[in-house]
Amino acid sequence: MNDVRYSAPNSLDEASKAMMAAGGAGRILAGGTDLLVQMRSGMQKPGVIVDIKKIDEMMSIQDLGGGSFRIGAAVSGALIGEHKALKKAWPGVVEAINLIGSKQIQGRASAGGNLCNASPAADSGPALVAAGAMLTIHGPNGRREIPVEKLHSGPGRTTLAPGEILVSFTLPARPKGSSDAYLRLIPRTEMDIAVVGVGVNLTISGGKCTAARVGLGAVAPTVLLVEDAGKALVGSSLDDAALEKAAAACRAACKPINDKRGTIEYRTKIAGVLLKRSAAIAIERAKGN
Amino acid sequence: MAKMHITTTINGEPTEFLCDPQQSMLDVLRDNLGLTGSKEGCGSGDCGACSITLDGRLVCACLMLAPEAEGKKIETVEGIAKGDQLHPLQKKFVEFAALQCGICTPGVLVAAKALLEKNNNPTETEVRFWLAGNLCRCTGYDKIIRAVMDVAADMRGAAR
Amino acid sequence: MSTGKYKWIGTRVDRPDGADKVTGRARFGADFNMPGQLIGRVLRSPHAHAIIKSVDTSAAEKLPGVKAVVTAKDLPEQPNVIVPAGEMQVNLRDITRNILAREKVLFEGHPIAAVAATTDAIAKQAVELIKVEYEVLPHVIDVTEAMKPGAPVLHDHLITEGVKPAPTKASNIAKRMDNTKGDFEAGLKQAEIVVEREYTTQAVHQGYIEPHATLASAAEDGQVQLWSTTQGHFQVRGFVSRLLGIETSQIRVTPSEIGGGFGGKTVVYLEPIAVRLSQKSGKPVKMVMTREEVFRASGPAPGGTVRVKLGAKKDGTIVAAECEIALQAGAFPGSPLGPACWTSFACYDIPNIKVVGFDVVSNRPKVAAYRAPGAPISAWGVESTLDVLALELGMDPIDLRLKNAAKKGTKTSYGPTFDTIGFVETLEAVKKSAHYKTPPKPGYARGVAAGFWFNVGADSSAASHVAEDGTVTVISGNPDIGGSRASLALMAAEELGVDYSKVRPIIADTSSIGFNFVTGGSRVTFATGLAVVNSVRDMIRELKVRAAKTWGVDPDAVIWEDGVAKPAGSNVGEFEPLTLSQLAATAGKTGGPINGHAQLNAQGAGPGFGVHVVDLKVDRDTGCVHIDRYTAAQDVGTAIHPSYVEGQIQGGAVQGIGWALNEEYIYNAKGRLDNAGFLDYRMPVASDLPMIDALVVEVPNPHHPYGVRGVGEVPIVPPLAAVGNAVARSINIRMTDLPLSPPRLSAAIDAATPKMAAE
Ligand code: FES
Ligand code: FES
Repeated sequence: MNDVRYSAPNSLDEASKAMMAAGGAGRILAGGTDLLVQMRSGMQKPGVIVDIKKIDEMMSIQDLGGGSFRIGAAVSGALIGEHKALKKAWPGVVEAINLIGSKQIQGRASAGGNLCNASPAADSGPALVAAGAMLTIHGPNGRREIPVEKLHSGPGRTTLAPGEILVSFTLPARPKGSSDAYLRLIPRTEMDIAVVGVGVNLTISGGKCTAARVGLGAVAPTVLLVEDAGKALVGSSLDDAALEKAAAACRAACKPINDKRGTIEYRTKIAGVLLKRSAAIAIERAKGN
Repeated sequence: MAKMHITTTINGEPTEFLCDPQQSMLDVLRDNLGLTGSKEGCGSGDCGACSITLDGRLVCACLMLAPEAEGKKIETVEGIAKGDQLHPLQKKFVEFAALQCGICTPGVLVAAKALLEKNNNPTETEVRFWLAGNLCRCTGYDKIIRAVMDVAADMRGAAR
Repeated sequence: MSTGKYKWIGTRVDRPDGADKVTGRARFGADFNMPGQLIGRVLRSPHAHAIIKSVDTSAAEKLPGVKAVVTAKDLPEQPNVIVPAGEMQVNLRDITRNILAREKVLFEGHPIAAVAATTDAIAKQAVELIKVEYEVLPHVIDVTEAMKPGAPVLHDHLITEGVKPAPTKASNIAKRMDNTKGDFEAGLKQAEIVVEREYTTQAVHQGYIEPHATLASAAEDGQVQLWSTTQGHFQVRGFVSRLLGIETSQIRVTPSEIGGGFGGKTVVYLEPIAVRLSQKSGKPVKMVMTREEVFRASGPAPGGTVRVKLGAKKDGTIVAAECEIALQAGAFPGSPLGPACWTSFACYDIPNIKVVGFDVVSNRPKVAAYRAPGAPISAWGVESTLDVLALELGMDPIDLRLKNAAKKGTKTSYGPTFDTIGFVETLEAVKKSAHYKTPPKPGYARGVAAGFWFNVGADSSAASHVAEDGTVTVISGNPDIGGSRASLALMAAEELGVDYSKVRPIIADTSSIGFNFVTGGSRVTFATGLAVVNSVRDMIRELKVRAAKTWGVDPDAVIWEDGVAKPAGSNVGEFEPLTLSQLAATAGKTGGPINGHAQLNAQGAGPGFGVHVVDLKVDRDTGCVHIDRYTAAQDVGTAIHPSYVEGQIQGGAVQGIGWALNEEYIYNAKGRLDNAGFLDYRMPVASDLPMIDALVVEVPNPHHPYGVRGVGEVPIVPPLAAVGNAVARSINIRMTDLPLSPPRLSAAIDAATPKMAAE
């Protein structure tokens, strides 16, 4: 029998220490909605489970003003969805996180866990990449910050060093006239993994797009920041031609695989379709801001 | 292996149990505590048959580690009826034939109750999306949705 | 709904097991435990096709906590004999190999060995310690591929049945089946229009939410007790007896509440293993499948190919029809080929019919029954082709079906001539429905399709007992999957003329009531219902005897009416009517307990017909389908409990919608199932669907005292083509391969777009 230990430390230093002590056998438990499935299938056989939900910093949402928020990595989707100010400021990020699984999953699953599981199809990824979220990481050698798109190194792999824990992600302040949106394609209406996911974050000023970032999920080994798509939008009046150019950039950025969830052709096509649709929603929202 | 001693509250009763650190809450409910009302349809969060609430929040018991119950409040299907009185949802499910085989029913009831406690005036679409995590293979959902909507209407009527 | 003819039948009473099932009290398969029980786990093949060179269980046996290990060596060899299994047939030689592989593994997930240990964790560890040496063989998954010469052959002894002269070489084609009516070729010559299409469907799973589970306890004296979630506990008893060589009466099987079956729980997988583990260890053994095991190794329904050719006159009269079907049987012969062939044109009165079918093995789990086994597959082909015909003729799809509808007196291609049936009434009900009279919303298109199922009778036993206070227990032996207790109690209450609440229906174990065939084929309300009615009649006969004794008159002079015994006429004498409770109170003096019994082989199960209408929209950019409105009409004979009748129709329709849109078994290049879980085997969720309007049509079955027809099977037959036909009318492309998943629809739309632009 492999002995498993469970600990629920109250501080990040303790948690980090516990992970270091466990060597490669430590696993962080936030919502557990991925970890327990992986343990059950035998994909993960942890020696130590470190439950980080007793660490306040990881469980809170801070309003930093000007539309900037810091969200603890272990805060559940349900709590994020209930945070009115956050939802108003970052509807795309919130809707992406709220699309992770059923209401039951939402009760526990966190954006931090969704990110650290490092699936290229994770719903939080494209929206947070589009948002330009910064991650705060706590490790044995102190803290560091990285842009969210630098977290993943491949399917299921992150750039976190041993003992490092994702503490929170910070959404930046944005000028007036900004908003975001996230859309994914799934065969059913719920309970599926994204075949493609697109997050769009943009700012409109004087009828022109002044800033835009596009995140694209499930079409490559990691979530992509599609810089060309953003460039296609910036400076335009967000007319059909600009949207088509951005859609083409998304299609060009795709390096998908054929699998049980979709074909290469389909994913590539849908990346363009969803770019247009989510941009349309973001534009609508930005005009209202 | 060393068992863990957990102190929690289940359906209002202070409860203690011993468990393995990696045991799921669902296994503890069913195997250690004899509360077999919560069902296992998948063990992976995809069917909702194991739905419970944890400090009032709807979750899958199969995706929760038993040690996480320490100091928390858990409600299961066994706690829905009060004394010899069925909850209105339970009554309505029988009256509307919202169950056929009944294996999904405990999870659906726990989830529906959590919805109505949050929102007693849901639209049909809201009910359908709220219950999307509860698979039912028998009913086609029609009578389940009708039963939940009807109880919601009764609740609003009673509150008026 | 039922007219004022009946007091109880047709009412929506609360089901007798309702309170138990809404409180979590009801005990399903995995809810049974015994003190000192062991947990059993199965080792399964990672290969789709391989020779088993050796199995070494020694390390597993040595692991502390392991109490027994079994392999195929622990099950006696079986003869090459076919026996009925639910709605399908199985070969004993094959079924023992399906339970534990012998010479070869034939699909990924094929069981090889099993262990029983003190904990689940130890059992899992022990399974990993069993060493199997394989010689991996080339595999074949697809039906068409499996039929080709040169395909890897699964069984060296398999010579195609039904072909003359018999082939000399083994192949994967287990059987060819032919059935004809009139002369297809001659009929085709009279046709003014001919349409032909070829279709495919993928394997789909029944998808019951409760995994297979059993608890076995074998005693030192040879007696065996089993608790099992099954559609037929008598069937479980029979198989355990045959497969383990235990006398039938030594085995007592108690059915648990059953969390869905849809045909998939008419077969045995775990039970013989659990019993053997219990015999070897001397302890009770509990076994529960994981969801993944359910997908990989319990019966899906087959996929297959269907080619349909129809010849018709310009006025829509079909003069010739041909259907060729090849079905996946899975690793062993025995797909539901017969029903697939026989149902294909059963809805229609066509003079010249030719149907050919093939039963094909491949490296997939052995298929099991699934609601109207086989019928949805041939209906997908036939009803889609009918829609092609309707479009080409410019005819309303209901009118085309009305023109050709089978009626009383229509001779089927498979032999029988229909008695009173309700297909025309069902079509007309749809035509008159609010749904059909309203055009689809803008952007939406409408599809229509029909379906047929024979319905089944077969063996049932029942007993009725009057308790001391005059209340009644009705005992039968069919697990209640969807409210059958309520229907049986309603019929008993009606027959007896007492209040529904005074009748308590019970499902007895195999030792407490006579034999009952499985719950399946939509037979329980019909056949077991008939047995219950007869047992109540037997009890009434006895009640009249007791009343006669009380009054000192001849039993023939007593009648039973409205729940009381009365003198047959004034000439009998002046007597106050005797109620059940009065007769029960004096039973000790009039001859002892008052019971009734019945056993029968029910004939004359009335066939059922369904017609479904769906309005849907296809998102041309993504290929996603949105269903806006769905109506399912069906002739049910008499709706004993209308809510459960509607529920069957709604549930079956939604399973069919899932089959049409997203459900499929997906295999990778290694022959391994890629989507063995609810996440990627996409069954419909609540948010995918609208309300399903069940339109209940009642054309009573003349062969049942209350006119009952089976209900449960028919509703899964029409949806595949109803959805496909709506999609075809929405995007102007005839889709022929299921499922109509977004990537597939999107690809079809893209492929057609440049062509349409060029036109
Ligand atoms: S058993 Fe927990 S969701 Fe299925
Ligand atoms: S009633 Fe059987 S799964 Fe819902």
